[in-house]
Amino acid sequence: MTDQEKAGMLPGDMGPWSVGGQAFSSRLIVGTGKYATWDGMRDAIQASGTELVTVAVRRVNIDQPDEPSLLEYVPKGVTLLPNTAGAYTAEEAVLTARLARAAGLGSLVKLEVIGDADLLWPDPVATYDATRQLVDEGFTVMVYTTPDPVLARRLAEAGAAAVMPLGSPIGSGQGVLDVSAVALIKARVDVPVVVDAGIGSPADAALAIEAGADAVLINTAIAQAQHPVQMARAMRLAVDAAFLGRAAGRMARRERAVASSPNAGVVTATSPS
Amino acid sequence: MELKVNGGWRETPELPTVGALLTHLGVTHQAVGVLQNGQVVAREAFDREPLHDRDELEIVRFVGGG
Repeated sequence: MTDQEKAGMLPGDMGPWSVGGQAFSSRLIVGTGKYATWDGMRDAIQASGTELVTVAVRRVNIDQPDEPSLLEYVPKGVTLLPNTAGAYTAEEAVLTARLARAAGLGSLVKLEVIGDADLLWPDPVATYDATRQLVDEGFTVMVYTTPDPVLARRLAEAGAAAVMPLGSPIGSGQGVLDVSAVALIKARVDVPVVVDAGIGSPADAALAIEAGADAVLINTAIAQAQHPVQMARAMRLAVDAAFLGRAAGRMARRERAVASSPNAGVVTATSPS
Repeated sequence: MELKVNGGWRETPELPTVGALLTHLGVTHQAVGVLQNGQVVAREAFDREPLHDRDELEIVRFVGGG
């Protein structure tokens, strides 16, 4: 391939990433929570270019049975990824996943078992147990986890189809607090790494991708932006830019300055005689 | 019959199946998942699975989430 051809490539031209045999060109997964309106959510999903969106499982509102379904506002062709948000035990998470599958959403699930309500921090032990159980039941498990390289490896070994380390607490917008952990995890697992939670800005998303993440999952940063549709596009551009930059191979870091302009031929001042 | 639906007891007419309950509640237009006495009911089985007096059911659907 010529340099010129390479320069014209878009991230999608460089091959998809895949989870459980399903390929995705977009490296941006988008959540569907916390939008002001459903029309706004649909427009943001479209602007983001995402092919995969998360949804939650909750009780039907018996007193308002004819409420419209969220699913009507998810553009055609976008895959639904049900989560187990709200689960505090492995049993609750497994039950939620089974219900989602029984409702007809397939075997793909974002496993989330929380161990601390203030931080919405994953419970690593329950998360591991639930991963094993769901893998055993034939689910394709994308697992939300702490940014722990050893746990990530153990989850992958247990059969997780993707590991999703948190950048910082859910909905906090603090960004990716330990960027190096993303690279450490990526080097230790054979499955996709998705940085999930905490991304607040396009720069945060770009850092995660540059560090080696295969994709990022973003909800609040888009839904709660002043202009969600514009932010969705900004996130898309940031993810694409970071992925292209990573493929292009960044320069090495150096301790000291190296001049960009030639040292030779510098004009020297002479004092008037 | 008396059924516990999503945490609350309610009186309903005699309903033969899970599917009949969903129709009675008016929630058939959306994708729902059903738990009957702690067991997941497959979508295909809604119209077969018999309802019994004092059954406990959870009926869920998909909402926005991250």
